[in-house]
Amino acid sequence: MPTPTKGPRLGAGPAHERLMLANLATSLFQHGRIKTTEAKAKRLRPYAEKLITLGKRGDLHARRLVLTKITDKAVVHELFTEIGPRYENRPGGYTRITKIGPRKGDNAPMAVIELVEAGPATPPAATRRAAEEEGEQTTAATSETAEQEVPAQEQAQGAEEATAAADDTAEAPAEAQESTDAKDEDSGEKK
Amino acid sequence: MAVPKRKMSRSNTRKRRSQWKASRPELVTCPRCRDYKLPHTACATCGTYNNRQVLNPS
Repeated sequence: MPTPTKGPRLGAGPAHERLMLANLATSLFQHGRIKTTEAKAKRLRPYAEKLITLGKRGDLHARRLVLTKITDKAVVHELFTEIGPRYENRPGGYTRITKIGPRKGDNAPMAVIELVEAGPATPPAATRRAAEEEGEQTTAATSETAEQEVPAQEQAQGAEEATAAADDTAEAPAEAQESTDAKDEDSGEKK
Repeated sequence: MAVPKRKMSRSNTRKRRSQWKASRPELVTCPRCRDYKLPHTACATCGTYNNRQVLNPS
């Protein structure tokens, strides 16, 4: 007997569900982070991570397997040239789901699903302190990217200002992501 | 088809509905901005979760 997929069924026909998951995965690889409902995010996570694993493998067969799901060749190319190699040292767990509360309108629980930062691969036996430090670094990096034009001195004043200034620069998340690597080095030097 | 024999009294209707209440949401304080937020959820005020910027609150 075929085992049903774990998790909720997304309230659609099987074909519609396949299309929804494929489109969600395409958007995720295109934008790096997407906002969707919790149920969809939870269904998307194993689906997208399997595709990334294929992207890490990188051979022609893997590429053809991915193309059966994602039809956008540009996205598949990005998956195999950028996203896959980025997670070379990470044994799974390429995405992160953060709940962001109910949606106004229909009260649906929403979540943000994103590809985790590439960064240096954390060893599996990492200490708690190391994890905290890494968390601080990533926060610093994101707040820095959020306020690109703002001088670096305002950094120290705290995250509230950062979030206030984030609205202006929210239109350029792609640029922000590209410059994340450089900023990471900067924050490392500061510490 | 089975139907009610008597009209339900106003009193009985209201007694039934008196048990129909909304529950308070369980809230915790955000470690960053000290505002109330739902547990295990990004803070709607400062947009952080686990010291990580998740949202850009407007």
